[in-house]
Amino acid sequence: MGSRASSLLRDEELEEIKKETGFSHSQITRLYSRFTSLDKGENGTLSREDFQRIPELAINPLGDRIINAFFSEGEDQVNFRGFMRTLAHFRPIEDNEKSKDVNGPEPLNSRSNKLHFAFRLYDLDKDDKISRDELLQVLRMMVGVNISDEQLGSIADRTIQEADQDGDSAISFTEFVKVLEKVDVEQKMSIRFLH
Amino acid sequence: MGLEMFEAFSPWNVLPWLVVLACCEASSGVNTSSNSSALQTPNAWFAASSSDPDERISVFELDYDYVQIPYEVTLWILLASLAKIGFHLYHRLPHLMPESCLLILVGALVGSIIFGTHHQSPPVMDSSIYFLYLLPPIVLESGYFMPTRPFFENIGSILWWGGLGALINAFGIGLSLYFICQIKAFGLSDMHLLQNLLFGSLISAVDPVAVLAVFEEARVNEQLYMMIFGEALLNDGISVVLYNILIAFTKMHKFEDIEPVDILAGCARFIIVGCGGVFFGIIFGFISAFITRFTQNISAIEPLIVFMFSYLSYLAAETLYLSGILAITACAVTMKKYVEENVSQTSYTTIKYFMKMLSSVSETLIFIFMGVSTIGKNHEWNWAFICFTLVFCQIWRAISVFVLFYVSNQFRTFPFSIKDQFIIFYSGVRGAGSFSLAFLLPLSLFPRKKLFVTATLVVIYFTVFFQGITIGPLVRYLDVRKTNKKESINEELHIRLMDHLKAGIEDVCGQWSHYQIRDKFKKFDHQYLRKILIRKNLPKSSIVSLYKKLEMKQAIEMVETGILTSAAFSARVQGTKRLSPEDVESMRDILTHNMYQVRQRNLSYNKYNLKPQTSEKQAKEILIRRQNTLRESMRKGHSLPWGKQAGTKNIRYLSFPYSNPQTARRDLRAAESTGNWMRLISVFLQRIWVPGSIAQDPC
Repeated sequence: MGSRASSLLRDEELEEIKKETGFSHSQITRLYSRFTSLDKGENGTLSREDFQRIPELAINPLGDRIINAFFSEGEDQVNFRGFMRTLAHFRPIEDNEKSKDVNGPEPLNSRSNKLHFAFRLYDLDKDDKISRDELLQVLRMMVGVNISDEQLGSIADRTIQEADQDGDSAISFTEFVKVLEKVDVEQKMSIRFLH
Repeated sequence: MGLEMFEAFSPWNVLPWLVVLACCEASSGVNTSSNSSALQTPNAWFAASSSDPDERISVFELDYDYVQIPYEVTLWILLASLAKIGFHLYHRLPHLMPESCLLILVGALVGSIIFGTHHQSPPVMDSSIYFLYLLPPIVLESGYFMPTRPFFENIGSILWWGGLGALINAFGIGLSLYFICQIKAFGLSDMHLLQNLLFGSLISAVDPVAVLAVFEEARVNEQLYMMIFGEALLNDGISVVLYNILIAFTKMHKFEDIEPVDILAGCARFIIVGCGGVFFGIIFGFISAFITRFTQNISAIEPLIVFMFSYLSYLAAETLYLSGILAITACAVTMKKYVEENVSQTSYTTIKYFMKMLSSVSETLIFIFMGVSTIGKNHEWNWAFICFTLVFCQIWRAISVFVLFYVSNQFRTFPFSIKDQFIIFYSGVRGAGSFSLAFLLPLSLFPRKKLFVTATLVVIYFTVFFQGITIGPLVRYLDVRKTNKKESINEELHIRLMDHLKAGIEDVCGQWSHYQIRDKFKKFDHQYLRKILIRKNLPKSSIVSLYKKLEMKQAIEMVETGILTSAAFSARVQGTKRLSPEDVESMRDILTHNMYQVRQRNLSYNKYNLKPQTSEKQAKEILIRRQNTLRESMRKGHSLPWGKQAGTKNIRYLSFPYSNPQTARRDLRAAESTGNWMRLISVFLQRIWVPGSIAQDPC
């Protein structure tokens, strides 16, 4: 399985992914074998159905939105590069990276990019604001059926009230970042990828 | 107030019954002693009446001896069950003290009644009955309900801690007590080393699972939970194996003749007994899983197969002097995964409930017998021995915990904190196992058996009551200290979102194991084992079998409650008002308690009860919601212009506002391909969801 996988993944592609995402050689190979095992149609891309076949994702309250995060706007298939690009957001921040390269593009797994990823889970219409409706939708997904709509509405109101600083009754990305400044986002949104 | 009074009544109102019974027993005791000679003949009661020629055939006779044993045993079990009902009526009580406390109290009560009426208690406890009938259900239950994935992820630490910990405790306590015995002032010098070692091995059998219920709500992390569970699992097995080996040593020629060769043989035997037992268990587990593959048409015997094979593994191992406990545990663990997929839903429930019931009955009987023997004349009290036993138990447990965990922390990716280690140390509550082993010591080899029994009883009472009751507050104190900082609602919400997100991405990346072996086993499992052991035409994953197990009734219920509350939905409040701190506090509480748990944190085990799994309920709600989403957005796709967001009224049941009905239809098809009867639910839901309109069947 390992040898077949790496023969289909060309070396230059591997190098490009490595540069873009920061994963190591073995991590990329391992994730490629995972990609191919998910790809039932064997056409080198994953569709939404392939993701939905993952059982644990079906009972994740945010399952559909997580799946959607892998696909770019209007696209139905994601190739391996897109897959890795999304996963790169969850790479742990290593200490030697923190003070690197101020001039180059921000690495995908920076704190700001991680927060942006989470922000995009709320903000489906991509207007850079979490409106009350969008917040309510996510709240409803994350909460059991015992909470009434009024309670949920007031929780949403309170959430916006706490975070909103420019008075537009919506949470912008800067406000989102500010609210979470005390939270260890780097640890919460990092996965230990095996070597 | 009223509830407390009510609760006080229920255990007390059995007392009059018991008094009546005791009188019956006492009077029957008088009767039997006078008729003892006549009882030799089978037609005893004819003889009784014929011994006095003037007596007519009596219309009403009392023959208690015939039913005495089953009658009293049943009465004991019933009494314990009534006490448990009373215990749980006052809902705060289970969090204050472990249920073992209650059982011991009931046992003491029965014991005092029996003692008071000078009654001969039925011979419930002798060696063969204990080892053949009472012990297997308890061990089977703990093996069956063990969560396998965390167990195997932590198996290194569990074996290291459970195995070595038990050995260190046993030998440590035994040796220290031996040194105490050497001190002539205590009058204990006739107890030689082997006896002390044996005592050490039986007193080190802990039952920490009993206290799990007490700090269940303190959100113990998964690894800690597994440590406690794993230790309980291995502990019984190891102490019984040690016990048997040491008894064999004692039965040998004089103990002075023990040579190093014998000791080596003992160690080798320990290993063989342990591994052999596990091996037997695995084989029987596979056989029974294989057989359940063919039982579609006679699902009524499925529980029978499960139980009989487990029991058979125990007996087969015992025949060869291998460890039956480890065999039955291994059998339960192996069997569980395949059997659960093969058997029907009702068999699955039956197996779970029956297992709980059997183990609960066994344990109740042992505890009651413990109470019975507490209140009696067969005690020997020796201050030095007993006090030092208590002290050494705690000291050696502390030593083994802190030393062993210090070592294993070096190799773990998630090391255990001192707080965790302290909880593990403090949860070393002894249980029924120690008492049984002490009671079954052969008197011929142990002239001072009574002292051992008394010491064991003292340790059990002390640990169960003192440690059991104080561990709850202790854990909550340790926990609260850490999470004292108040999080804002934003933080709560977003942190939970990120937890779910992280769990989801981890699932996309595949199972994360720390051992290559587990990956290889999973592959082997998928390729070979599952093909052989699981029925054909079965969906291949556990979540899909969860789909199957979804009760239609609950699905309908959920939709109905949804409709009722959304009908009562009022227009949302415009503008924000300043909320008082209490409102914010209550809001935060509502949010915290109602948000869905992230995947990993769902372990919960109660030794005495089978609560419906909250994770299943949660999963059902999420699944129904997703189905509704897909239905809803498909319906909208036909009647509304594309791209329009779903209205606020239907927010409750949407997980993703699809703008394109094509994608919704395709996703729906994918979701529905997992189970044909899921369509039935969907159709049903759609009919209710769109009252009066003609629902367009999308597929």
